[in-house]
Amino acid sequence: MAGQDQRQHRREDEEPADQPEPVPTAPAAQARDAEVDSLLEEIDEVLESNAESFVRGFVQKGGQ
Amino acid sequence: MGIETEFGLVEPGRPGANPMLLSSHVVAAYAALGPEGERAGASAGATGPAVRHPRWDYEDEDPLADARGFRLDRASAHPSMLTDDPSRPAAAGPDAGGPETAVPAELAGTAVRRPATDEYEDPGAATTVLTNGARLYVDHAHPEYSSPEVTSPRAAVVWDKAGEQVALRSVRLLAQNPAMPDVVLYKNNVDGKGASYGMHENYLVDRQVPFEELVRSLVPFLVTRQVFAGAGRVGLGQTGRDAGFQISQRADYVEAEVGLETTLRRPIVNTRDEPHADRVRWRRLHLILGDATLLEVATWLRLGTTSLVLWLIETGRERPAVLEPLRALRLADPVGAVRTVSRDLTLSRPLDLADGRRMTALEIQRGYLEAVRAAMGDSPDAETQAVLDRWDSVLERLGSDPRSCAREVEWVAKLRLLEGMRTRDHLAWDHPRLAAMDIQWSDLRPERGLYHRLAAAGAVERLTDDEEVARAVHEPPADTRAYFRGTVVRRFGAAVRAASWDSVVLDVPSLPSLRRIPLRDPWRGTREHVGVLLEECEDAAALVERLGAG
Repeated sequence: MAGQDQRQHRREDEEPADQPEPVPTAPAAQARDAEVDSLLEEIDEVLESNAESFVRGFVQKGGQ
Repeated sequence: MGIETEFGLVEPGRPGANPMLLSSHVVAAYAALGPEGERAGASAGATGPAVRHPRWDYEDEDPLADARGFRLDRASAHPSMLTDDPSRPAAAGPDAGGPETAVPAELAGTAVRRPATDEYEDPGAATTVLTNGARLYVDHAHPEYSSPEVTSPRAAVVWDKAGEQVALRSVRLLAQNPAMPDVVLYKNNVDGKGASYGMHENYLVDRQVPFEELVRSLVPFLVTRQVFAGAGRVGLGQTGRDAGFQISQRADYVEAEVGLETTLRRPIVNTRDEPHADRVRWRRLHLILGDATLLEVATWLRLGTTSLVLWLIETGRERPAVLEPLRALRLADPVGAVRTVSRDLTLSRPLDLADGRRMTALEIQRGYLEAVRAAMGDSPDAETQAVLDRWDSVLERLGSDPRSCAREVEWVAKLRLLEGMRTRDHLAWDHPRLAAMDIQWSDLRPERGLYHRLAAAGAVERLTDDEEVARAVHEPPADTRAYFRGTVVRRFGAAVRAASWDSVVLDVPSLPSLRRIPLRDPWRGTREHVGVLLEECEDAAALVERLGAG
């Protein structure tokens, strides 16, 4: 698909640019490309500031 | 086909708030708009409407009928399964007239006694019918949107997205009322503490297909379709005890292969035999194992591929050879395989087959794809062709480069974001921020929900546009009985006493009794069928007169 080609190219082009990153944990942590970086920045603005209490407070009753 | 969605809900800052009460506030806020206010601006609900949304007609509900040919005794059913009782300590339903003895010709109505006083309406059992033909109600402790019946997977996406808008508008209306609590809704399926709530799919299936054959042919497909249909989840186990990420929200809650229950021991194939239609001709296949998805391609592929496999199974009645390839795909342990597939992010783990061989989930999916293609022949319609092509392409790319599916497959999109966060901030999988991201992913508010942030950034593929979704909030699909239901609610709302999937009950003051119009055929009541008739009727009295009595 066209979208796939585009993305792959972008990743190949840009990945080497800003990758001095030590990869601390999972081997699957290949998750750094420019799009993810900018998405993360966007998301930083809306993430709950107190993640722990937010997660603890998310309590639901079972449904179907 | 259609999709039911139970939304997760919280009142920010008050984790102990009563979810039943919050849910009924949510539903009541939208119901109070009435059919006219639904179309008008968001402020219309503030003063209270002249015409309320109609209530639900429970006459034909039968949640304890089992597709394997028996009924569960009411007394031995778990109370949560008694979904046909609107106000738990029994109250007369809107139809005290007894069951229909025969199916009247087409839409001819039957007389129903008009109750002397208004029946008690339990606010905790709030339920209403919308002008787009959907049902919005409180199911257990969640607001639920049940989409109108549609005939294509793309239409299913449009009216599913419309449901997100309905839910969002409901909580916006609540927020406008200072006396009411703020509520936030989430389109997910788990709370990470043991509770799960569902996204159910419904498909109309030819009754000629024996139920056992349906199950046998369908199960390996359902177990493995999560590779492209899964929404992704942070946490392993029902209570999320172990850290990690898995493909499906629902996988850890699937505990049986076949069964009637929906709230405990949840099955891969649910046997509730409540066709909401002529039960001689059809069954309604009720699938409860899937994940609610926000990515449009994920929803479209889930509905599209599943209906293609059902088409294949129906075709097998006339041409048994088309089902031959499916024999080689049967799983040795379907319930165990749901979990195995969900936890295999490499998509490479072989599953044990009934005949002793082993195949991966992707290989099993490809087996189904090829079987459908072989049976389909040369000239499928355009949307069918598009589903087949995308199914093929997604399976291919999941095998070679899963990240290339991040715009289409929800678990891949979510995992990509989570892995990015983990790498950037050096987080282990048990870090609360990752669990928070998983929850916030499905926040329906465009300004807060992570899916919505991705969509706004153009990072997901859209199949719909905002305008058509906005229309679908108010307008029913034209090509099913939902057209009749939704249009009657919009045009004659004041006279619609109740409605359900297969009936509309009209209250015309000049008549001695209520009129119950049956909609037993999901393909009748379309715009083509009744559009002109409805336009010609000035009011409900005229409609009742034109339809005649059965």
